[in-house]
Amino acid sequence: MNNQEEKSILQKEVSRRDVLKIAGIGGAGVILGASGLTGALTAFGANPFIDDDQTAANKVKFYGKHQPGILTKSPEHVYFVSLNCTAKSKKELKEMFQLWTNYSVRLMNGQVVEPYTENKLLPAGDTGEATGLDASHLTLTFGVGPSLFEKKELGLQHMKPKELADLPHFPKDQLDPNYVGGDICIQACADDPQVAFHAVRNLVRAARGKVTMRWSQTGFNSYEMKKKKKQTPRNLFAFKDGSGNPNVDDAKAMNEVVWVQPGESKSWLTGGTYLVARRIQMHLETWDRTALTEQEATFGRHRDSGAPLGKTGEFDDMELDRKENGQPVVPVTSHVHLAKQVKDRMLRRSFSYSDGINPNTGAFDAGLLFLSFQKHPKQFINIQNSFGRTDKLNEYITHRGSALFACFPGVKKGSYLGAELFS
Amino acid sequence: MNQIVRNVGFLLLSSSLLVGCGDNASQDTESQKASESTEQAQTNKLDKEVQSYKEFASDQLDQFVVETEAFVEAVKAGDVEKAKELYAPARMYFERSEPIAESFGDLDPRIDARLADVKEEGQGEEQWSGYHKIEKGLWEEGTTKGYEEVADQLLKDVKELRAKVETVEVTPDLMITGAVDLLNEVSTSKITGEEEIYSHTDLYDFKANVEGAEKIFEIFKPKLQEKDAQLVKTLEENFKTLNGLLAKHEDGKGGFVSFEKLTKEDTKALSEAVDHLGEPLSQMAIVVE
Repeated sequence: MNNQEEKSILQKEVSRRDVLKIAGIGGAGVILGASGLTGALTAFGANPFIDDDQTAANKVKFYGKHQPGILTKSPEHVYFVSLNCTAKSKKELKEMFQLWTNYSVRLMNGQVVEPYTENKLLPAGDTGEATGLDASHLTLTFGVGPSLFEKKELGLQHMKPKELADLPHFPKDQLDPNYVGGDICIQACADDPQVAFHAVRNLVRAARGKVTMRWSQTGFNSYEMKKKKKQTPRNLFAFKDGSGNPNVDDAKAMNEVVWVQPGESKSWLTGGTYLVARRIQMHLETWDRTALTEQEATFGRHRDSGAPLGKTGEFDDMELDRKENGQPVVPVTSHVHLAKQVKDRMLRRSFSYSDGINPNTGAFDAGLLFLSFQKHPKQFINIQNSFGRTDKLNEYITHRGSALFACFPGVKKGSYLGAELFS
Repeated sequence: MNQIVRNVGFLLLSSSLLVGCGDNASQDTESQKASESTEQAQTNKLDKEVQSYKEFASDQLDQFVVETEAFVEAVKAGDVEKAKELYAPARMYFERSEPIAESFGDLDPRIDARLADVKEEGQGEEQWSGYHKIEKGLWEEGTTKGYEEVADQLLKDVKELRAKVETVEVTPDLMITGAVDLLNEVSTSKITGEEEIYSHTDLYDFKANVEGAEKIFEIFKPKLQEKDAQLVKTLEENFKTLNGLLAKHEDGKGGFVSFEKLTKEDTKALSEAVDHLGEPLSQMAIVVE
């Protein structure tokens, strides 16, 4: 390796692909390291501004009007984590988000989170399991829960929007305290599960002492390709999930459904949104012994095409009033009928999960990590209340986890996550 | 910057040595020399620290011999209550200096092996010796009968350990790795109650491991203060938090309550506090820079 190459390692942001290239030149592993992670936590001012690297492969932009990972299309893998905040002051919390801002840009660029140091007695500054992998369309999305505003030491009580409150109890809820609530959330989505995990691991590692982990859930989606276009993914009941979503390319619709507009909430949330997370167990064994006609009547759609019952195209109009022999074609107790009879809309972005076997029943522990984005929690609440006790799907699912988070607006270049809340 | 560049170059060179590109022998020898001289330089810089740690460890193991003598005496006298009383406090001297005690691959298991460790090695209970074997007798069987020989052997092993300590080459590397290892010990076995399965005195070991790590931090502190005052502050705070959590479980008689008294919430809080401390503790390595 010549001098120029050595310099470029130390002075430039290092992509995870470069790490391998450099290692190739040296004939063996390169030492990665960071001098004083804790130092970095309190010395954001000394940290350089890190920009989106537009030349990086499979890269999603971090900076913008809104956070990434909300309108970003067709996510494949998610690592979702809910955290408890243990920071002792607003200043500590702010510094954590400043560090996370830098780390997030680097992670979404496919770079290591900390550059090289020469001291081999230190643990490496980046945990390293994403070495050689590119950005993999990683998106990182951050939100804060109602309980964060109750911590007196943070002095944020007056900043809490009225609507940011724990979701009400819904009929048939069987919540497991191990999957409820949280002060802060991180949603990491990527084409590669290891890239998503690596991102969360490094963010949590850098913030030890400021946060503890409360609960987490991984999830996955697979996409049928038609004419090179990703189709609506199927959930583990084999039904398409998300056919009725509003169009994310329609800016007007997004402003109506997803983004908080000026004057609609606390000003720090303008351009942000609410994230609802529900861990929904799906009873695959009972579903699998249910007749296909009954399954279709449960959802109100045809299984394979995703079309409304009695129609052929996935995106055909639902026309809830249609009748045959005096009976509604789409049963009034079907999931889609109950959802559509409410005027509220939301943007769903769910993932399937499979977590091994329930030790008590010997059944699959599998289901849906339901994630939805809306400008006001009542959009979700109204729809969920409409399902109530009538939804035919209730027989096959149980809601086990629940949390609500307010997601910050997007970050302007030079600023940081949550600047509007903490400054 | 030049210094850094040179060092990275050196690291690349020395790591190629590790994977054994053996056909360029002269280069290997040179980089080995380079490596030795670098380590020499580091050791020289931290002579005072290394010396203090040696003194600390020797002192701990001196007391370990004394306390083990008393323990062995009680066992041989058949005084179950006395032996139970002496057991956990005596072991703390060993646990505090574990980075050094561990250096002897044969002595450490003879003194400190659990039955599970012995079985993992494919051996039976008859090959088992040391503190934990007597622990089983005291707490599970309520007797010292039949453990007299085990006790004699234990004292011999402990004395041998003390004698051998003088031969350990203490380096800053050993100290830095040792401090983190002490906390890792806590994370993997103490916090699960797997160390003291009969006596449930795990919190004594826990406390001693933390004290052992804190001692190393205290020794490096003046040097660390020059390099990263914030790191020192963070470590001080995190040690304080962890020690505060441990203090909640003191029994009011200078010891700790049984591990069985701890709730899931207690062990989770302790475990998280250990992780919060471990991450910045691993950054102590900047002291050699």
